[in-house]
Amino acid sequence: MLRFIFKRVLWMIPALFAVSFLAFVLIQLPPGDFVTNYVATLAASNEIIDQNAADALRERFGLGEPMLLQYGKWIWGILVHGDFGTSFEWQQPVGDLVWERMALTLTLTLSTLVATWAIALPIGIFSAVRKYTIGDYIVTSISFFGLAIPSFLLALVLMYIAVVIFGQDVSGLFSDEYQNAPWTWAKVADLIHHLWIPVIILAVSGTASLIRVMRANLLDELNKPYVTTARAKGLSEFRLLMKYPVRIALNPFISTIAWLLPNLVSGSIVVAVVLNLPTAAPLLLQSLLAQDMYLAGAFVLLICTLTLIGSLVSDILLAIADPRIRLE
Amino acid sequence: MTEATTNAGPPRLEVASQSKLIWWAFRKHKLAMAGLIVVAILYVIAAMPGFFAINDPSAQNARTPFHPPEAIHLWSDDGFVGPHFVPSKLKRDPDTLAAIYVPEPEKAVRLVLFGHGYSYRLFGLIETDRHLFASSDPKQPFFPFGTDRLGRCVWSRIMQGAQTSLSIGLVGVALSLIIGVILGGISGYFGGRIDFAIQRVVEFVLALPTIPIWLALAAALPQDWPATLQYMMITIILSLTGWAHLARVVRGRFLSLRTEEFVSAARLDGCSEGRIIFRHMLPSFMSHIIASITLAIPAMILAETSLSFLGLGLQPPTISWGVLLREAQNVRSIATAPWLFAPGGAVVLAVMALNLLGDGLRDAADPYNK
Repeated sequence: MLRFIFKRVLWMIPALFAVSFLAFVLIQLPPGDFVTNYVATLAASNEIIDQNAADALRERFGLGEPMLLQYGKWIWGILVHGDFGTSFEWQQPVGDLVWERMALTLTLTLSTLVATWAIALPIGIFSAVRKYTIGDYIVTSISFFGLAIPSFLLALVLMYIAVVIFGQDVSGLFSDEYQNAPWTWAKVADLIHHLWIPVIILAVSGTASLIRVMRANLLDELNKPYVTTARAKGLSEFRLLMKYPVRIALNPFISTIAWLLPNLVSGSIVVAVVLNLPTAAPLLLQSLLAQDMYLAGAFVLLICTLTLIGSLVSDILLAIADPRIRLE
Repeated sequence: MTEATTNAGPPRLEVASQSKLIWWAFRKHKLAMAGLIVVAILYVIAAMPGFFAINDPSAQNARTPFHPPEAIHLWSDDGFVGPHFVPSKLKRDPDTLAAIYVPEPEKAVRLVLFGHGYSYRLFGLIETDRHLFASSDPKQPFFPFGTDRLGRCVWSRIMQGAQTSLSIGLVGVALSLIIGVILGGISGYFGGRIDFAIQRVVEFVLALPTIPIWLALAAALPQDWPATLQYMMITIILSLTGWAHLARVVRGRFLSLRTEEFVSAARLDGCSEGRIIFRHMLPSFMSHIIASITLAIPAMILAETSLSFLGLGLQPPTISWGVLLREAQNVRSIATAPWLFAPGGAVVLAVMALNLLGDGLRDAADPYNK
């Protein structure tokens, strides 16, 4: 088991390097650089920067150097000093801007994961056990609808309903008075109070597909001889269900962490932009558009790392739950 | 199988080809059949959006901003008069200057089936001005789904957007299928070290969160590129991450088929590798691939919609469902004009129909499914 984990962790190192390089190449892709953009923005407000000043700026940011050298410096700074570089646009170290937002992103993603499972498990079991009843049909149609609705559309509809019917603004994660306040218990309570709306929105599509998975897997198990044997021995239906088939059908749930996490992070980006959440997403979008490359690079790198860790965790959990996988 | 057993007896079932068996199994699946019908209708619309549109989708109209949807009436006060609608006139609220539309029942305008409207090119070739529906009075346009802030007809724009959004799904899936089948096939057929290398790449691609990657790639596209080039680039970006799932499916199938007797027989007969793959193995999991494709199209449609919604996908004046939903981006505009959600309804309908269709196909293509 330890060897398996060790091998998996070792495998993550080249993957992380690949991710960081990918992130760097991606943010270098747009034609021009931050200074070109900056000059264009200033020109739009009738301020002209001459060529020399622009070149001086490039020199200061190290933008004239070849890409590989820039990448080397960047990754060296992260590895050795934990320094992600300086954001051009904000004139602040990237680290200061990133961590709180990444922490909120992580909170949002993990709460969504828990919510997804908490909703999907019982409903999936219900719809498998009561196959082809009215309840099953209702659940099936709702889950297909949940799969089909883009999360940002759901966010917009909820916002519309909240504003028009309840006269409430549901955007953001904090009330006004806590926006810039230091962390206290009251602020955490305020966060929880606001968090559930994006969590529900994000959980819908994941829940829908997990219900389908759970239902299909449980249906496969329910007709197996061991279930009949247990029933013949007089086990109560509920205990029988929980003890054997559900446990086996849970397997795919664990393996879905691997793809659920990247999906959730992706989905949360669009929703966060719509709901104006102070997570990584809106800042990432803004930095990509402004070609603020170290900031964008840090976000892309951290989000990708998060998902790689997610897939590592799911592999380990899966190996613990199912000995057959370890042996391969 | 009721059909097979009732009228022709066993011979019919025995000689039925694989595709016929799948069709029989598929037909029993009511929801999937409904999905098939909806998908067929949507793609007919996507093939000739001009015919289903009512007003020119790009034409702005200063006299009809945020015009509410109009209903089709069959009866007026004097009894049955056929399909018509009640036009309204733009008035301004004297205090707030907000637009108010006052219906004018005495001016009811008839709707003509296959009537004349604005002229467009059918399939991009034939110039015509026939539409499924047209207002009989060109001065009184008909807006079944209302208008946006520039007075453009939402219904017609949805029809036009269907072409872009639905075809992006098809082209993107076709691209990812090509990459996926080639890489997955190589990986599953040869196995060993090549398999290991390709599988690590697939895992890596699957582990990447798609939206940040798409955002970064899409931000790299110059906003002033011509629409067709932009369209091609967006589909390529979408399929860059979409192929991994298909590669995985194909590989799994290849791995399980590699040791089957009929493949060994073909190999012993001296067939070339290419012939074994394309003549013997591919047909036996074609149905499964088709089902996977059907399930991949809606994912592409949702992706394009999200990207365009964020302003990083297709750019106006190109019309796609995602571009249309940008109009509904802030609470103020949707609070005054909730009908701007209508393109979202189109997205949900298309994605749901494709999912149901794919689900039914997958069940029908599985020979062990009862």
